[in-house]
Amino acid sequence: MKVGVLALQGDVREHISALIACGVEAVPVRRESEIQSIDALVLPGGESTTIAQLSEVFGIYDVLKQRIASGMPVYGSCAGMILLATEILDAKVGQKSFGGLDISVRRNAFGRQVDSFESDIEFADGSQELIRAVFIRAPWVEKVGDAVQVLASIDSHPVAVRSHTALATSFHPELTGDHRIHRYFIEHVARPALEKVK
Amino acid sequence: MAEVTGTGRVKRGMAEMLKGGVIMDVVNAEQAKIAEDAGAVAVMALERVPADIRAQGGVARMSDPDMIQKIQAAVSIPVMAKARIGHFVEARVLESLGVDYIDESEVLTPADYENHIDKFDFTVPFVCGATNLGEALRRINEGAAMIRSKGEAGTGDVSNAMQHMRKIGGEIRRLSSLREDELYVAAKELQAPYDLVKEVAQTGKLPVVLFTAGGIATPADAALMMSMGADGVFIGSGIFKSGNPAQRAAACVKATTFWDDPKVIADASRGLGEAMVGINVADLPAPHRLADRGW
Repeated sequence: MKVGVLALQGDVREHISALIACGVEAVPVRRESEIQSIDALVLPGGESTTIAQLSEVFGIYDVLKQRIASGMPVYGSCAGMILLATEILDAKVGQKSFGGLDISVRRNAFGRQVDSFESDIEFADGSQELIRAVFIRAPWVEKVGDAVQVLASIDSHPVAVRSHTALATSFHPELTGDHRIHRYFIEHVARPALEKVK
Repeated sequence: MAEVTGTGRVKRGMAEMLKGGVIMDVVNAEQAKIAEDAGAVAVMALERVPADIRAQGGVARMSDPDMIQKIQAAVSIPVMAKARIGHFVEARVLESLGVDYIDESEVLTPADYENHIDKFDFTVPFVCGATNLGEALRRINEGAAMIRSKGEAGTGDVSNAMQHMRKIGGEIRRLSSLREDELYVAAKELQAPYDLVKEVAQTGKLPVVLFTAGGIATPADAALMMSMGADGVFIGSGIFKSGNPAQRAAACVKATTFWDDPKVIADASRGLGEAMVGINVADLPAPHRLADRGW
């Protein structure tokens, strides 16, 4: 399985390391040909307004949107969650997303950087162990569509959600060295989705 | 389910999210909007850009809280602000305003010529300037969660930023080549804590994100810094002291993302109008050089 990490801006390197540690091929992608060559995609943490805008400037917005809509497995952390949402609350005027996950996301919902935090949270992957989650100017999910399952919450705000082909977290598993979320994406989202296509 | 704020991971992680991006100096809400629309990953709110501080002289201080709050209200991207070196009360004020990062900056007039701020004591993260590896590690030892090369701010002359990036990179490469029993003397020579020196020798990089700053005025300057190993770029006077700020800002963002593609940089460089006039660093008398501030 070849997984691309959208490399317009953000913590691309950390996602690539986490994916490689999970045993898949991982490459940075910035161009249309690169995006066409991958089986699955990760949208990294970063500044969602910058990433969305650069995708338009460099003419890859449409191909990303179309590949995600046609079922390419995708995982987004933080800014990546915002970029997957069908609706963005507290968005910059005119801010676009790629869509693909039927959720409403509120940007910077947990506050500014002084409110950024880490915490041990439950993650519904069948394991009893808590996961260390790092939230940085993080968004939360305010509304989920029928086909979307909530995997983790903080104070009743969903912070990890999935559909058949998409996974999103408000937090940054790529910063902790614990690859459970990346492994979950590969084994429980991407692989089943790709096998179904075959 | 204890939620902990202000941890090293949260502070350093914030800088990781800015990687590959451009942080722009702005002096009012309109400029902040222009920067955000151009694709800046963050803005640095200050009263005067370095070129004006240089031209007007006098003591340069923290910005007016009103101005910072207007900028915070105008944009949704992170807002940073500068405090004077060693001025921990300015830093407390900025923290209370909820700025996302504090730049303990040599561009402002230092408040303490011996000590920097104890940055571990704050919830808000700090970025500090450095001209060499020892200086970078001393700042990290005081709690800096992000480092930027200093360059010579407000000149539009990229040569000092280049020198600092080469110096920091060269010293890191040298550490990686040493035997473990030589690191004690290396730490003494760098005037930096042994544990940090050892970490850099083992990983071959700084333990925090390294941006570059000072004198970057064109898309090609930004790309040059990225190819020297910078994780991202601060642009101060270079944008709003130029003929067409919105276009130049967007062009610098593009060149930072595609720093390794000369065609993209060429396209971004077309028809930008006048760049900031600039001053050659060599023509600046030594007492007027900002990069020498900090120790």
